[in-house]
Amino acid sequence: MTNQPLADNPNTSGQEWDPKILVFACQYCTYAGADLAGLSRLQYPTTTRVIRVPCSGRTNPQFVIRAFQKGFDGVLVAGCHPGDCHFATGNYFTRRRYLLMTRLMEFVGMDPRRFRVCWISGSEGPKFQQVVTELTDAIRPLGPNQKLRDIEPSVIGGISR
Amino acid sequence: MKKVGVFVCHCGTNISQTVNCEHLAEVAKDMPGVVFSTEYKYMCSDPGQTMIKKAIEEHNLDRVVVAACSPRMHEATFRKCLSGTDLNPYLLEIANIREQCSWVHSDKNKATAKAEDLISMSVAKALKNESLTPSVIPIHKRALVIGGGIAGIQAALDIADTGYQVDLLEREPSIGGKMAQIDKTFPTMDCSACILTPKMVDASQHPNITIIASSEVEKVEGYVGNFDVTIRRKATCVDPIKCTGCGLCSQKCPAKTDSEFECGMSKRPAIYSPFPQAIPNIPIIDQTACRYFQTGKCKICQRICTADAINFEDQDELVTIRYGAIVVATGYALYDHRDKYGEYGYGQYTDVITGLDFERLVNASGPTMGKIKRPSDGQEPKTVVFIKCVGSRDATKGHEYCSRACCMYTAKHATMVRDKIKDSQAIVFYMDIRTPGKNYEEFYLRAVEEYGVTYVRGRVSRIYMENGKLIIQGEDTILGTQVIVEADMVVLATAMEAQPDATEFARKLGITFDQNNFFNEAHPKLRPVETFAAGIYLAGACQGPKDIPDTVAQAGAAAAKVVALLSKDEMTTEPIIADVNINRCSGCGFCVPVCPYKAISLKTLTERVHGSVAWGPTGREVTRQVAEVNKGLCQGCGACTVNCRASALDLLGFTNEQILAEVDAL
Amino acid sequence: MKYAYYPGCSLSATGLEYNMSSQAVAPHLGIELQELPEWNCCGASSAHLQDHTLALALPARNLAIGEGLGLSLAIPCAACLSRSKATEHAVRSSQETQSLIEALIDRPYTAAYPVKSLLEVFIESSLDILQDKITTPLTGLKAAAYYGCLQARPTDYMDMDDPEKPQTIDIIIEAVGADPVDWAHKTECCGNSHPTSYPKVGGPLVNRILQQAETSGAECIICACPMCFANLDMRQKALGQERDRPFNLPIYYFTQLIGIALGISPKTLGIDKHFVNATELLVQKGFIPKAESSAKGGLA
Repeated sequence: MTNQPLADNPNTSGQEWDPKILVFACQYCTYAGADLAGLSRLQYPTTTRVIRVPCSGRTNPQFVIRAFQKGFDGVLVAGCHPGDCHFATGNYFTRRRYLLMTRLMEFVGMDPRRFRVCWISGSEGPKFQQVVTELTDAIRPLGPNQKLRDIEPSVIGGISR
Repeated sequence: MKKVGVFVCHCGTNISQTVNCEHLAEVAKDMPGVVFSTEYKYMCSDPGQTMIKKAIEEHNLDRVVVAACSPRMHEATFRKCLSGTDLNPYLLEIANIREQCSWVHSDKNKATAKAEDLISMSVAKALKNESLTPSVIPIHKRALVIGGGIAGIQAALDIADTGYQVDLLEREPSIGGKMAQIDKTFPTMDCSACILTPKMVDASQHPNITIIASSEVEKVEGYVGNFDVTIRRKATCVDPIKCTGCGLCSQKCPAKTDSEFECGMSKRPAIYSPFPQAIPNIPIIDQTACRYFQTGKCKICQRICTADAINFEDQDELVTIRYGAIVVATGYALYDHRDKYGEYGYGQYTDVITGLDFERLVNASGPTMGKIKRPSDGQEPKTVVFIKCVGSRDATKGHEYCSRACCMYTAKHATMVRDKIKDSQAIVFYMDIRTPGKNYEEFYLRAVEEYGVTYVRGRVSRIYMENGKLIIQGEDTILGTQVIVEADMVVLATAMEAQPDATEFARKLGITFDQNNFFNEAHPKLRPVETFAAGIYLAGACQGPKDIPDTVAQAGAAAAKVVALLSKDEMTTEPIIADVNINRCSGCGFCVPVCPYKAISLKTLTERVHGSVAWGPTGREVTRQVAEVNKGLCQGCGACTVNCRASALDLLGFTNEQILAEVDAL
Repeated sequence: MKYAYYPGCSLSATGLEYNMSSQAVAPHLGIELQELPEWNCCGASSAHLQDHTLALALPARNLAIGEGLGLSLAIPCAACLSRSKATEHAVRSSQETQSLIEALIDRPYTAAYPVKSLLEVFIESSLDILQDKITTPLTGLKAAAYYGCLQARPTDYMDMDDPEKPQTIDIIIEAVGADPVDWAHKTECCGNSHPTSYPKVGGPLVNRILQQAETSGAECIICACPMCFANLDMRQKALGQERDRPFNLPIYYFTQLIGIALGISPKTLGIDKHFVNATELLVQKGFIPKAESSAKGGLA
C-alpha cells in the first residue's frame, strides 16, 4: 500500500526536494515550542508550515485530508504531552483519532508514514526542530504525495464546500 | 467586498535580515482581498500602531493582517490597537514571520518565499474572520465552602472577612474535621484544639458565615457566578433553633455505640455531639444506634428535653441555594491497613493501632485522659514501635505516593512516648525521612538527639504475638541485618487517601480527579487552587496529602481567588468559544460527553417548519433536541467541533472555514 | 475429575510418602490422576537462577504434554507448582514468550488448561465427598498448617490463597475433624536447601518454625511441599540436641492426613517412612490401632 516515488518525477531526483509539511500545532504547547525553536535559532526545513489551533483536539481529520488534497506531502498534528493538556483531555482525543486516521489512510492507499501525531511541550524547542526535520527526512524517500490531490479546479470548475 | 490591509514588520533587523520585507509588502498587494500593504521597522511601536490605525481609516480596511513576531507576543497589542478604531479586535490575524520564519531559516530566498506563504495563509483566514464580542455573565455574590475541616474553616473566614456571605457546609454534626482529633501539632507542639477551636468559634460567630452542619451536597447545576447547589440537610431529629445545647439528653441516653471521634476506643450515646467543643453544639440522633428507632420504645431524650427540641419525625430536607463560587475542602480519609496488610495481622492485634488512634490516646480529653495506655489491657506500653509508610509508597498494597505528613507526626508521636512514659523505648522503622518544611528537620533531629528515639531504616515484614508481646520482625538495611523487636504497642503511620466518595462527589461538581482520586488542580504549578471548572476552587488534602500549614496556606489562596471573582458584578468571557448552528444540529448529543467542562447540554427547541402543502400555510410545529453551549463554562478547546457529525458545532475564531482557508491558501 | 499428574524429582525420592498418599487418597475422592507420559524435571530452584527462558521452557514441556491430553495438571510439589504457574503466567501475558517457548519445546502450548495445585483440586472438588467418606474423624488433633514460601506467592500468579494468611491447608485440617492452630509462621521460609548446604543459616530458620508451632500448642505440622517437609522432619533431631530438649512434632502431608481420616492404612500412606515418628501420635489419639504401628516407629 505504500506510495512509491514515481521514477519520472523531476521532483524526486536529487537531494534538493524537500517535502511540504503542514503542522497543526496547539497554541499552549507545540506552538510555543515552535516559537522557542525560533528564539533558540534552531534551523529546520523551510518547507514547514504551521497552523495554530487552540488544542490538538481541535484538529478535525478533515483538515488533514484537505492538507493532503492541497498537495502537502506530510502532516503533523502536535499537542501537549498526555496529562499536560491545557483543556484537560483534548490530546487524548487526538491520540484516539490518530489511530483511526492512520487506518483510514491505509484504507485509501496513502502511506500512513506521511501522517504523524506527537507531543511537543512549550519547553521543547529542540524537539520541534528534531520532529519536523525527521519527518521531512522520513517523507523524502516516499516522494511527493500524488495519491490524494484535488482534481484541478479547471476540470470541474472549482469545488464548493 | 472585504478589504484587507497587510502590515509587514522588520522587527529591527530580526525579520528583515533573512526575509525581504519590502518584497513581501509588494507581493501582498496581489493577494485576494488585499487593498493595502506596507512595511515598517517596528510595527508594534507607537508610530507603527498609528500607521495601522491611519491605514484602516484611509483605506476603509475591514480586516488587518500583521506579519511580525509570534501572536503569543503581540496579538494582544494589535487587538488593542484595533479596538481603538471602528474595527472589532477579532478581525486581526498575525502572520508569524519571526519565530517561525526569519529566526529558523538562513536562506533569504527560501525564507522570503515561506513568509509570503504565511502571509497569504493569514490573509485567507482573515477574510473569514468575523467580529466577536465577549459575553457577560452576572456574578452571584455568595460563596459555598464544602467541608468544615481546617481548610474549609480558614477559607470561609478569609472570604467572610472581605464582606461576602459564605455558607460552610459540613456533613458531620460539627465542624473541625480531622484537626479536632489531633492532640498536638508539629513542629511547634501547639495543642491542636487550642489553635483550632478559636477559629471554629470565629466561624460560628462571624456575621457573614452560615454553618450548615449534618448536610451534604446533593446536586450542583449552573456555572461560574451562578451555581445552583442543592443541599441535603440530613434528619438530625434535634431542632437546632430550640436546642440550648445543655447536653442533658446525651447524659441520659441509654444507648451506647463506638465513638467515631475517639476512633472506636470509647463509647458515645445515640444522641450526641461528637466532642465537647463541637460547633454547632447541637446534638444529633444517630438513628442506627437509637433505641427508639431500633425498637420503637424509649424517647427518654424527648421526655427530659426542657426545650422540646427533639423531633423523631424529622425528615431529610432539600434546599437549593445560588452561589457565585465554590471552595472544595472535603479533606482526606485514612488508609485502612486491616484488609491489606496481612503481615501486620489484618487488624487482629488490638495493640497495633494507627497514628490517629495514638492522637486520641495521648489527648487529655481522649479515652485514656491523656495517659498512653495500650487498648488491649490498659497497660502502659514500655516499648512502642512505629512503622511508617503503611499504604504510602507501596504500590502493591496501597498507594504509590508519599503522604507527606507521616514522617513528621511519627517523630512527634515517638517524642511523646519518650516524654510521657518513663523508661520507655520508641523505635521507628522508616524507608526515608522526609522533612521538607520550616523547622521540620530540626524537629526530627530533636526526636533523635534529645529524646533518644531509635530510628531503624527498613521495612517490617511481620508482626505476631508471642507470650503476650508483639514481635516485630524487620530489617535494618543500613546494618544489613534482620531485626526482631519485642514491643508492647505498634503505631502504624497509615496513608492519607482520597475520601471514599471522592469520585462520585467530583462528578456531581464537574471537576476532575487523578489516578488516586484526589481532585485535580488546573495546573500543578501555576494554578494550584483552581479546578478546570471555572468558579470552583480547591483547598486542603482533597487535592493531595498535605499537612496543616500547607492546608491553611492553600485555603487562603482559594479564598483570594473566590474574593477576586466575587468582587466583580459580572465577568466577561473570552469570545473564542464553541457555537452551535441549530439549523444543522441533529441533537445526537455526541458533543455532550466530549466536553471536559460540561459546557454543552441538550435543550428542547420548538419551532414551526414549512415545506409540505399538507401542513398548510402556517406550517407544522415540531419539537426537537439541539445542543446548547454555555458561554460561561466553554473554554474554547474545540474538542466538540470534531465530534460533531453534522459540523453544526464550530469554534469561533478558529472555525472550520478559517482553518480550511489557511490550508487552501497554500 | 481427571487430571494429569507427575511426581517430579522429590516425590520419587525424599518425598515418596507424598506420592504414595496422593495416589492412595485421590481415587477415594473421585479424582483420577493420570501420570504424564515422558515428564521432565521442572527446573525448580536452579533453572531460573541460570536462565530465565530455560526456567520457563522446562515446565512448559510438561504443561504442553498435559494440554495434548486435554488435561489440567494437578501438581503436588510446591516448587513444581510455582514454576509451572510462572510459565503459564508468562505464556498468557506475552505472545512473544509463547512463540519462543513453543519453538524451544517444539510443540504447541497455549496455556488453555489452568495449572492447579493438588491442594487446590482437593479443596475445589472433593470437600463434600471427603465429608461423606470420613471413617476416622481426627477429633482433638491440634495441627499447625504450614504453607512455606511458594504455596501462595507471588500473588501475581499464585492466586489461590491469601499470601499473608493462607487458609487452604487449614480448611483441609478442619474438614478431617482436627483443629487448626492459629500461629504466626505459616509462611515463614524453611530455608530451602540451606539447612543441608549451610546449616548455620538454614538451621535457625527451621528452628524458628518448629519453636513457633510448639508454642502455639500444635501436636503436628501439616504441609504440602516436599522441601518444607524434608527440612522440618529431618532437622528435628539435630535442632533438639542443640537446645537440649528434643522436638517431637510429626510432620504430615495433607494427603496423609486425609488418608488417615479415610481409614487408609498408614503403611500405604508412607507414614512409617518419616524421620520423626509419625505413627505414635496417631496411635495415641486413637486414630489407628496399635498393632499397625508395631512394625517401625520412624527413621530418626
